[in-house]
Amino acid sequence: MTSTRSTEWKPLSRTLMKMRLTEIAVVGVVLAVIAVVAAGSAGKPVAGAIAAGAVALCGVAAWWFVRNRFRAWGYVERDEDLEVRRGVMVQRLSVVPYGRMQFVEITAGPVERLFGLATVRLHTAAAASDARIPGLDPDEAARLRDRLAALGEAKAAGL
Amino acid sequence: MTAGGTAAVGWSRLHPLSPVVRLGRGLLPLLVLGGLSSTQGRHNPATQEVIWIALAVFGVVFGVVHWLVTRWAFDGATLRIETGLLRRDAQQLPVARIQAVDLVQPFAARLLGLAELRIRVAGAKSAHHLSYLAEPVATDLRARLLAVHHGLDQSVPEPDEQPVAVIPTGRLLGAVLLSATTLGALVFVAALAVLSTVSTAAAAVVAGSLVVYLIGIGQGIWRRFNEQYQFTVALAPDGIRVRRGLLSTVSETIPVRRVQAVRQIEPLLWRAFGWCRLEVDLAGVPGHGRSGGGARLTKALLPVGPRHTATLLRQVVIGPIEPSLSGAPRRAHVKAPLSYHFLAAGHDRTMAVAVTGRVQRVSCWVPLEKAQSVRRVQGPVQRALQLATVHVDVAGRRVGAKFRDRAVDEADRLVEELAVLSRGARRRVSVDAGGGAAATPEASGGLVPATSPPVAAPGWFADPAGRHQARYFDGKDWTEHVADDGVTTVDRW
Repeated sequence: MTSTRSTEWKPLSRTLMKMRLTEIAVVGVVLAVIAVVAAGSAGKPVAGAIAAGAVALCGVAAWWFVRNRFRAWGYVERDEDLEVRRGVMVQRLSVVPYGRMQFVEITAGPVERLFGLATVRLHTAAAASDARIPGLDPDEAARLRDRLAALGEAKAAGL
Repeated sequence: MTAGGTAAVGWSRLHPLSPVVRLGRGLLPLLVLGGLSSTQGRHNPATQEVIWIALAVFGVVFGVVHWLVTRWAFDGATLRIETGLLRRDAQQLPVARIQAVDLVQPFAARLLGLAELRIRVAGAKSAHHLSYLAEPVATDLRARLLAVHHGLDQSVPEPDEQPVAVIPTGRLLGAVLLSATTLGALVFVAALAVLSTVSTAAAAVVAGSLVVYLIGIGQGIWRRFNEQYQFTVALAPDGIRVRRGLLSTVSETIPVRRVQAVRQIEPLLWRAFGWCRLEVDLAGVPGHGRSGGGARLTKALLPVGPRHTATLLRQVVIGPIEPSLSGAPRRAHVKAPLSYHFLAAGHDRTMAVAVTGRVQRVSCWVPLEKAQSVRRVQGPVQRALQLATVHVDVAGRRVGAKFRDRAVDEADRLVEELAVLSRGARRRVSVDAGGGAAATPEASGGLVPATSPPVAAPGWFADPAGRHQARYFDGKDWTEHVADDGVTTVDRW
């Protein structure tokens, strides 16, 4: 990737990071509490402490993983196509021409809705075309959807 | 339109004998079942007879009712099929969306001179059936559907075809027997023989459990032989025609414009004979929902044949373009030790070609105007080796050319280049189609004057001059480009 390109990549919403952090924290706290209570009732507080420490360590690792994943994700709306890149271990870059778009899908799960986020997904006739952009602000998601739909109509091509 | 044309707008029924064929096909398992129960059961023969008569009456009534409530009509733009007594099911198949029309004749139908018409429409999950029609009616309807699909008058008779290849029975048999499954069976039998020298009892136990497996293999071999017996490929202006089958025959017409990708497969054991298989992918079912994509529709153009025949057929389908291939860099050895020897890829302005495979060599050609998206994927091992894989996806699930393990800088360049080239190719096609074939059937209700050129789509067709095997038609006129046995030359039209 050339340096001029990397400056154009639009990142995902920072709120997605907050959402992921909250998810990790909630799951971690629940697991730690379970471990401590179980160990306490069994009369082995040391084991409980070790388990809680392990959970904390896993949480940190998950945080590191999620942060890298978040940073790797980005998209560019170019004149003729949408480019989406993602992945840390396996890095993927998809170039999807607007004319090939079959439909645009916006989804928002319960947790995403709590944080006011949405996922935009571009579908083509090929199953493999993998253009998914998670963690967008609803305004940006709606703007992207409308723009993609308009461009898709203008540049549509038959199969 | 003549009287024949106006009559076509009215509703027609299926052939009156179609319940007989349906019943006949359903009767076979019933007979087996009856035979089994009569050998075991100690029923009163009278009760047995009553059950049989009841079943037969039920079958006849059901078949006749189904025949009574089913009707079809073709008005020149849409084929309508209505069926169902309680739950009425009306299907409307717009001709413009037809992917393929097949004529299928099961053995019983063949004896009675009937045929089933199987119509594939883009976006539909399964084929639509018209079973059964009298054979001439079915061929006539198919010719009319395809004529309208290509923007011609529906009274134009089915165009002449030029045969390209017939698979000899011996070669088909050899190819079927030289497949991996039969080899697996042989290995099993050999292992069994060795085992029997050690312990007969153990061998008998293993043999008993293997019988089912061997029967399965035998069935598979028989099915392939039955399906591909007398496989005949012919070129016609309305597409590529395939006829095949031993007991039940199938006759398919593949519209060349619908082809998304062409694949040539060379299994290890066939390479000694220079044989290969050629398949085409037609537009699959567009996906809805989370997983996206859909089933792919693959048809064999040549189940087994020499490479030059495959090359000729491929050139008919996607043109005589032959991008030069280049292998993967040497360091790809580390990442793909088992397939490195085959890895190669290349592209030019209109076509992407990629070769992959471990034991069998698989080459895939994708016309760039069919590309849905371009992807670059790089795993951790590839990153360490400075490699990346570039995919060119076409409609369907897991279909497309895969430029495996290219150098990183080449992959980056490829992504940009393929995206730009496929855009250009797409534009050329939509400009070509704008005033021509694609828009015509809808615009004029399928009634185009018969004076319009015989073929609407550019492509390779049987040479009308008869001097060569194929000649290129550019959409308006025949050109000087001709092909023989896969080699293209120039001969003035």
